[in-house]
Amino acid sequence: MQSNAPSLPVPRLTVDGGPDPERNDPVLSVRGLRTDFETAVGTVHAVRDVSFDLRKGQRLAIVGESGSGKSAMAMSLMGLVPPPGRVVGGSVRLNGKEIVGLDDAGISKVRGKDIGLVFQDPMAALDPLKTIGSQFVETIRVHQDVSVKAARKMAADLLGEVGVNDAARRLSDYPHQYSGGMRQRVLIAMAIANDPSVVVADEPTTALDVTTQAQVLDLLAKICDERGNALVMITHNLGIVEELCDSVNVMYAGRFVECTSTGALFASPGHPYSKALLDCVIDPATARRGALPAIPGSPPDLSVDEPGCPFAPRCPIGRDQERCAVERPQPRTLSNGAVVRCHFAYDPQGETA
Amino acid sequence: MNIASATPLLRVEKLNKSYAKGIGGRHRTRILRDVSFELHRGQTLGLVGESGSGKSTTAACVMGLTAADSGLIEFDGVDLTTLSKAGMRRMRRRIQMVFQDPNGSLDPRFTVADLVEEPLIVHGVTDSAERSRRVSEVLDRVGISVKQAQRYPFAFSGGQRQRIAIARALVLNPDLVVLDEPVSALDVSIQAQVLNLLSELQDELGLTYLFIVHDLAVARLMSHDIAVMNAGEIVEAGTSADVFDNTTHPYTRALLDAVPGARRRAAQNRTVAQQRTTAALATAGTADAMEGM
Repeated sequence: MQSNAPSLPVPRLTVDGGPDPERNDPVLSVRGLRTDFETAVGTVHAVRDVSFDLRKGQRLAIVGESGSGKSAMAMSLMGLVPPPGRVVGGSVRLNGKEIVGLDDAGISKVRGKDIGLVFQDPMAALDPLKTIGSQFVETIRVHQDVSVKAARKMAADLLGEVGVNDAARRLSDYPHQYSGGMRQRVLIAMAIANDPSVVVADEPTTALDVTTQAQVLDLLAKICDERGNALVMITHNLGIVEELCDSVNVMYAGRFVECTSTGALFASPGHPYSKALLDCVIDPATARRGALPAIPGSPPDLSVDEPGCPFAPRCPIGRDQERCAVERPQPRTLSNGAVVRCHFAYDPQGETA
Repeated sequence: MNIASATPLLRVEKLNKSYAKGIGGRHRTRILRDVSFELHRGQTLGLVGESGSGKSTTAACVMGLTAADSGLIEFDGVDLTTLSKAGMRRMRRRIQMVFQDPNGSLDPRFTVADLVEEPLIVHGVTDSAERSRRVSEVLDRVGISVKQAQRYPFAFSGGQRQRIAIARALVLNPDLVVLDEPVSALDVSIQAQVLNLLSELQDELGLTYLFIVHDLAVARLMSHDIAVMNAGEIVEAGTSADVFDNTTHPYTRALLDAVPGARRRAAQNRTVAQQRTTAALATAGTADAMEGM
């Protein structure tokens, strides 16, 4: 490792991999994760060799276009990959416990307890036929040995914490009686009900209005700060990344192509794909009507794994380079600490390397 | 502003609309309250606001898809609210719409060529040679080849599908195109392609756009004029630069301040120290992780 970050104590290798809060071990550690979908036209390799660590209180964004594999990756973390998809390799360790390969009963003990999930569409995530209260109580009692009455009290407290007024009474309401923003607050409250160490939020504000979105983002930030949960934020909105997250992994064709801090990404994106994504954000100060930068072409078909860099055909540098067509870039560290998979990444220290 | 087009192509005046609410419908929910605006030929009016603000209902009234309770919708000197059904159908040839979700607006059982040809058949273009000439012309204009057009919508990406929807709207040579959130279902990388195409088409064909949009950056970029709607009312209107640079209404201010990224920049001084620490930690973490592969 040769990043210019202030030197941190080098993590000791532990045999059992158990967490040690003193050393700020990762709460979530993913290595070589691979997820495939078997379809009629071939196997789609949606997640290809993804590795990352998430530490307590860290807020990590996973960004990329649709079809980059970011949602499939999020689902893989929780054993929720829908058939015909399945995790075919790698390891996901949550607080030191391996969760890849667990059976349904095993993963159910972890999901909702050690890892909480906030979905994009709260209406689809809630049962329209049950009151918010009964769904909440169920969520709590699956993992905690408490009475219904106690669980209801906890639910009311949590709803209050996420800003639902008159929470005790509103537990008797059905999901349709809540507005979109309020439903998303309910989902956040449920996600943190069992005090998970990791919250995964998959595009949690895409369906919301901009003012509601701002409130929900504030809430997520506040909750993570107060409770110290780590957050994995799946999004395609770079504004959200800039606002909420401290580090970013940019995903393309099932792999991370740049892993960096938010500040470094916005100051000097290393991978041409990261730069292209940033260029697509409309800046009212400089944007010209009819001349918006776009990324030509579309993301590659994930059923084939070409030997070269998957971004090369759309890349301003790589489309003319022989090397990008034949040799897959391996991860390397730039001078600002960013890790990129690119032969010709932009290095903030000067020329491309 | 174009001096040659002193009379607006579209003039909406004191448009009101309400829905009956509750049993017996004695209570009414007011959806639109005295909505008035003018839209000149070759220009774009951006209608911004949150969901439920009435912007889509305004568009539906202009399209004749729903009837207003009162008010005037004057298109090229004709009051649309007084037209018969048949009259409106003839008029609609000149007013076309592009919807948010190209998956929902394109019938999956039609080939793309058939989809784009359909409006011509509906509007009585009987000469099939003429029809196919128009279809290939408009498809070419949006960057879809005639060969590709023999395929079905599922074979196309989201951005291409929205191009097809645009081709379908343009094949009748309309004067006014109502764009209802045409890029909000698309990735940022693809949004730009479609927005650039819309700008080019406007410049070359002299199209007039009524652009319904919630993304303020897109609204500002694409629109000559802006009308901000809240709870059925236009609360602020003016040229794009006026509305965004000299915001007067608190609601517009609230919308602008809520944009992610804009908020962060405002709060940056406050958090910069903390950010550095966490960023440094995070970078070290990810570098470890990737090198451990």
